[in-house]
Amino acid sequence: MNADRSGPAISVRGLSKRFGDRVAFDDVSFEIGYGEVFGFLGPNGAGKTTTVRTLGALVAPTSGTATVASIPLTPANGVEIRSRIAIMPESPGLYMRLTVIENLECFADLNDVPDAPARIAGALRAVGLADRARDVCGALSKGLRQRVALARALLPRPDVLFLDEPTAGLDPAATREVHELIDDLRKRGVTIFLTTHRLEEAERLCDRIAILKTTLRVTGRPDELRDRLFARTVTVTTLAPLPNPDLVFAGLPTVDSWRQDGATGYVLTVSDPALAAPAVTRALVRAGADVLTVGRSHHSLEDIYLTLLDREDEVDRK
Amino acid sequence: MSISRRRVRAIVRKEFREYRHNGNIIYTMAILPVIFLIQPLVQAFAAPASASATLRQEHSLLYLLAIPLLVPAGVAAYAIVGERLQGTLEPVLGTPVRRTELLLGKALAAVAPSVVVAYTVYALFVAVIELFARPSVASALIQGPELVAQLLFTPLLAAWSTWVGVGVSVRSRDPRNASGVAMLLSLPMVAITSLIAFNVIPATLAVAFAFAVALVVLDRLGWRVASGLFDRERLIVGTK
Repeated sequence: MNADRSGPAISVRGLSKRFGDRVAFDDVSFEIGYGEVFGFLGPNGAGKTTTVRTLGALVAPTSGTATVASIPLTPANGVEIRSRIAIMPESPGLYMRLTVIENLECFADLNDVPDAPARIAGALRAVGLADRARDVCGALSKGLRQRVALARALLPRPDVLFLDEPTAGLDPAATREVHELIDDLRKRGVTIFLTTHRLEEAERLCDRIAILKTTLRVTGRPDELRDRLFARTVTVTTLAPLPNPDLVFAGLPTVDSWRQDGATGYVLTVSDPALAAPAVTRALVRAGADVLTVGRSHHSLEDIYLTLLDREDEVDRK
Repeated sequence: MSISRRRVRAIVRKEFREYRHNGNIIYTMAILPVIFLIQPLVQAFAAPASASATLRQEHSLLYLLAIPLLVPAGVAAYAIVGERLQGTLEPVLGTPVRRTELLLGKALAAVAPSVVVAYTVYALFVAVIELFARPSVASALIQGPELVAQLLFTPLLAAWSTWVGVGVSVRSRDPRNASGVAMLLSLPMVAITSLIAFNVIPATLAVAFAFAVALVVLDRLGWRVASGLFDRERLIVGTK
């Protein structure tokens, strides 16, 4: 890792890619800092993989500018960029007749990796495959092949690691293993560009996310996006319906409004849940209510994603 | 633009390892030359001693030069399209490897075994003729200039055929098509060597020299054309 780390690891300005009349992605702009894990979300066909290929200098953009690992994305810089990054495509793309170590030796040489045997041993240890080095890749399970592909991507110690749907088609156990590996990389300060349509994966692993559907719909931290898209609410459940809820909730600090949710449920729109929740609890106790729960509403990344895409689709229809 | 020997070697080594793990590739390479041996062997053993004068005037063994033309074409035709089919091309192209390095590695990995196979078959033929054919027939068939021609033209023809195969491979989506087209495109050169073998084109030193120079030029041209046809984006995305 020898890039100038003062600027962003990736900076994209108005980047577009068209294949004839088909737009893969359009007018995409974002920045990623060094050491950040950036989730790139979107439905199938949204342009995620083409974005990775473009930033990986495999495909030329139609318009716009970008820097990758602090190097301007131009055809002349393709080799330089590819020597600073690593891409793990959705399909592991291993030589199935060769052993794990033969695959890694080939890629160590292609990446001009110094002290290849030590690096290979290190990469195998990092993905927990040190004892499978002599196994033929074709005989490995899908999860293990994915780990080999990750070891291959780690060999050149890239400044930026692109992971394109790293858990696609994996069972839950293998998915968890890959997540743990990504977590480990994040702790080691590797900049990761992770494309996925598994929202729980992005929520668990990413510092920031972007949602792409041909154009970039939103970028930010998941909690920022929650605040941006959803009103902050506190939900209350009581054993019996409150005789006069308005008397209980009106005038409480930071409570802007309330509505009933079922016979014994109440949803309060608040400006600060941390202040509102204790005040609401005290008011309920004062009113003699039997309180079952008082809690902040949690909107998952899935809620954010679906709400955002629904809104965008609605706008598109109009 | 510099070429990294290490990257070229990585491709060659990978290809050789795949040959080793997949014996079918080697068997397929060897079958055609063995078939090519049948006709000259039958001719040599059936020829009476009196035919040696006629045999000396002909250059029928030059027809064995078809071996280095036909053997590498099929292997080279699989080089890129095969990687694409296996899904290994994108990870390879995602490394700093240059197209010239990739193609050179692929070409060397096709040329080297083809030349070894062609030389082995020829050596085998010479040994059998020297040991078992009538001495007069053997001396008529195995002539110094023809031996030199085999040694010289085998790698040149194999290189030409390889570049044809690689050129087809970078533009093809189906390995079977690629193999067929590459073989087909190698046929004009097979025709030329056959015309020399059957004395339609006289096998003189001047012809040999001109042919060698032309092949060196064609081999360089083949590399350039194959490199020109190589389009990273098209190979990955499959459009354009």
